[in-house]
Amino acid sequence: MYRIVKKRALTSNIKMFEIEAPAVATKARPGNFVILRLHEKGERIPITLSDADPEGGTISIIFAEVGKSSAQLGALEEGDRVLNLAGPLGNPARIEKYGRVLGVGGGVFVGAFLYQIRALKEAGNRITAVVGARSPEHLILVDEVRAAADETYIATDDGEVGQAGLWFLEGLLQERRFDHVFTLGPTSMQRDVSEMTGPLGIPTTVNLFPIMVDGMGMCGACRVTVGGETKFACVDGPDFDGHRVDFEELISRMRVYNPQEKLAMVLYDKVM
Amino acid sequence: MAARAPQVKMPKQPAEERIHNFEEVARGYTEQLAIEEALRCLTCPNPQCLKGCPVDIDIPAFIALIKEKRFDEAIKKIKEKNALPAICGRVCPQESQCQKFCVLGIRGDPVAIGRLERFVADWELEKGVEAPPSPAPKGGRVAVVGAGPAGLTAAAELARLGHRVEIFEALHTAGGVLMYGIPQFRLPKEIVQAEVDYVGKLGVAMHLDSMVGRIHTISDLFDLGFDAAFIGSGAGLPQFLHLPGENLNGIYSANEFLIRTNLMKAYRFPEYDTPINVGNVVAVIGGGNVAMDSARSALRLGASEVYIVYRRGMEELPARVEEVENAEEEGVRFMFLTNPIRFIGDEHNRVTQIECIRMELGEPDESGRRRPIPVEGSEFKMDVDTVVVAIGQSPNPIIQRTTPGLETTRWNTIVVDEETGRTSIEGVYAGGDIVSGAATVISAMGAGKRAAVAIHEHIMGKKR
Repeated sequence: MYRIVKKRALTSNIKMFEIEAPAVATKARPGNFVILRLHEKGERIPITLSDADPEGGTISIIFAEVGKSSAQLGALEEGDRVLNLAGPLGNPARIEKYGRVLGVGGGVFVGAFLYQIRALKEAGNRITAVVGARSPEHLILVDEVRAAADETYIATDDGEVGQAGLWFLEGLLQERRFDHVFTLGPTSMQRDVSEMTGPLGIPTTVNLFPIMVDGMGMCGACRVTVGGETKFACVDGPDFDGHRVDFEELISRMRVYNPQEKLAMVLYDKVM
Repeated sequence: MAARAPQVKMPKQPAEERIHNFEEVARGYTEQLAIEEALRCLTCPNPQCLKGCPVDIDIPAFIALIKEKRFDEAIKKIKEKNALPAICGRVCPQESQCQKFCVLGIRGDPVAIGRLERFVADWELEKGVEAPPSPAPKGGRVAVVGAGPAGLTAAAELARLGHRVEIFEALHTAGGVLMYGIPQFRLPKEIVQAEVDYVGKLGVAMHLDSMVGRIHTISDLFDLGFDAAFIGSGAGLPQFLHLPGENLNGIYSANEFLIRTNLMKAYRFPEYDTPINVGNVVAVIGGGNVAMDSARSALRLGASEVYIVYRRGMEELPARVEEVENAEEEGVRFMFLTNPIRFIGDEHNRVTQIECIRMELGEPDESGRRRPIPVEGSEFKMDVDTVVVAIGQSPNPIIQRTTPGLETTRWNTIVVDEETGRTSIEGVYAGGDIVSGAATVISAMGAGKRAAVAIHEHIMGKKR
């Protein structure tokens, strides 16, 4: 059992947990994920790590309450325990000195994004960060990103705060010469950024999170087509070359259980 | 000599009932049936059955004890050699092991050794399992990677020899393929858990959620103070056909289909959280035990038509005869000499059809089986809702990738000394599917056992 030592609400439906998992915390790196299971009937829930504290023996996760399992997770309080926590899984992100780096993080993934910015900064990169969200109330960790990156842009879909959408990136990418781009966020956002950087030939790393069951290379649910080859996001990724990913296939694969997820949520709401 | 009585049949759930539930198909012998079957054993002075047991169970001795109704002693006799008898009694291919050599088999049915093993194991589980007295400590500390058949056996054996053993299991449950792969209706998970618990009672500690290669590397284990490590990480990586359209939605690896069903209990969705999509028409590609398990699971999950699509013929099916018969009884349909060539989907990227080609058998290939050759112009399409690809599993690559100096083959299996399971790294041993490629539960157990003996000798040698 893994104890929740800290809980923080970042928005109305985004929560941050610090969970006691000393062995995982020692090995965790940016880009890794963990798999949680809450109870005996629970599913295996993959969540990208937002941070790890090897001294304190804790890891951090940030998640949005969008379905039954994440709502159940969000209902836990400090001192409560999750039944299972396996990790760190997946290959860590490649942290090296690229030079000028543009990072685009979106939605609930801004936590994992920040974890990576800090590591890239430490490796000597100059970092331009873009933090995106659907609307201002969904923005998270903006101040933290500002403190970690060399410059920071905010973007919301409706443009109420910061830039309207990511189209301003077209200009930014023309103006500046970035050596490397990385994205962590909703799949459609990662696709859009990859489509912008592709013609400019800027190496772009995306962090994919398809449906997974074991997260350890066993089931193949997370297969993605990269450069015409099938890869498993859990053991071959989750970072891939964004210019080679078949995003349309990936997005359709991520929707396969939408009807079941809705049903589970309806039943869960009835009980609550 | 009077004609010998035929083998005593084991009661089974009728096919028309069992396709609607996940309960065990074969119900096991009653006391009376077990004794009746045991009495068929000739207690040969030179028993041949022994040759066929990879873990060296004293078969005639335990059967003799059943004849005398001394079930308690019978199970103890088995457990001298095998810590997982309720599992082996169910899933060992006895027809190609112990029972193959039984002299009664020459002119009739061999003794049903597996069913007798199962009977006494179940008898003991029902009454409550006692751990044997702890052995004198020998001072060794051994890390076992993977709580599947190889790892559990190695761990049990080492614990019985007096070493401190800790198992590192990647999943949230111990048992490996016994939990995630073999379905409930063939091997109830409660039985697996009971035998896993028995290994715990022998003093073995279990670390779940701990994927070696990620959380600790093999070399970390030595830093943590272990004297030796046994790798039994199995063949968990599913193979695909690499055909166009294979990533369409609705196409599962058998591993995913079975993990969702067995390990995550998707057949009880939404009570359990993990869903599965089955649809009406399911095609399972492949002809092994995993294909049969997938097909029979699909029926129970509510599919109305389930097909096994296999490129060779009935004769060449690698699955156990018993499993093929069970599948046939339950209404699984077989399409022999048929091979998929591509998958066709709709606008939502969902599979709707498989294009197949008919095959004919040519000359034998390296495996000794006749090679299937496509019949030109015989392409046809079949409508499907779901496809399960059950063409085999490869070794899980994580440990090989994260252990410098560990010698592997081009199939990514670990190279070992056959007798001892010793790898290219001192103190590191391996066995089971990670060495052999996907094989049987009992062969993995045999390898675990041999490695345990070698590890014991290695540790005792170092301490001397």
